[in-house]
Amino acid sequence: MIVDLNAFTPLSALAGGALIGLAAAIFALFNGRIAGISSILGGLLRPKPDDIGWRLAFVAGLVMAPIVYSVVAALPSSRIEAGDAVLIGAGLLVGVGTRYGAGCTSGHGVCGLSRLSARSLVATVVFMAAGFATVFFTRHI
Amino acid sequence: MNIIFSLLAGFLFGMGLIVSGMSDPAKVLGFLDLAGKWDPSLALVMAGAIAVGVGAFAIARRRQVTWLGFPMLLPVARHIDSRLVIGSALFGVGWGLAGICPGPALVLVGAGLPKGVVFVAAMLAGMGVFEVIERLANRKPH
Repeated sequence: MIVDLNAFTPLSALAGGALIGLAAAIFALFNGRIAGISSILGGLLRPKPDDIGWRLAFVAGLVMAPIVYSVVAALPSSRIEAGDAVLIGAGLLVGVGTRYGAGCTSGHGVCGLSRLSARSLVATVVFMAAGFATVFFTRHI
Repeated sequence: MNIIFSLLAGFLFGMGLIVSGMSDPAKVLGFLDLAGKWDPSLALVMAGAIAVGVGAFAIARRRQVTWLGFPMLLPVARHIDSRLVIGSALFGVGWGLAGICPGPALVLVGAGLPKGVVFVAAMLAGMGVFEVIERLANRKPH
């Protein structure tokens, strides 16, 4: 293993992570819910009248973040190397997988580990391992 | 009121993704590429988020209602089954193919990137497939 010290951004990673933690904290302490993006989105496909509003509001906040950020400062670049066919396959897998596994990087990774949930720890270890293995196959085999 | 806090939480979450560099799929793939030039940043994003989250959930866990008086609806599921493992594995493969998970995907849409829209459309289709399969499975007599 070679650590890429030029790409490694420890301070902004910790600061951004703390903001994500703060968002999860606000959502739990004020709204009583888990800030799990896949579940918030997935719930929109199973709509209940009293529950669409807060789901859409959370999604709107996420989508607005880069728009507001770009008013104040230049938005950091987002480099998407995958072509459309790979993006579609990846998106389908992420959609189906996060709903079967009942969570993603936010719900299991951030919130579940913060709650010291063994179930979320298993999910996080599995999706991280699958992610590591997939990149190993696509880049090194 | 819960709408306002939902919007705020989503917004701060998105800001955190941008500040941390996680809205850049190439940087996420740099973390997942253990055998290449490894960028450990994502691990510190998780560490920063969990450092704040542990305290918040310790408080939340002891409460029946939230600071706004809403019921505390934190997950009660504890079971570790094949659905959890297989679903998470499928998600991990998709994550490794594109370097995009659901939160950053929505930020990419907000940033106006057509490829972000393609990914989110496919992800929603995948979630739709799950809903259809679940409804068909629940309709079968037991």
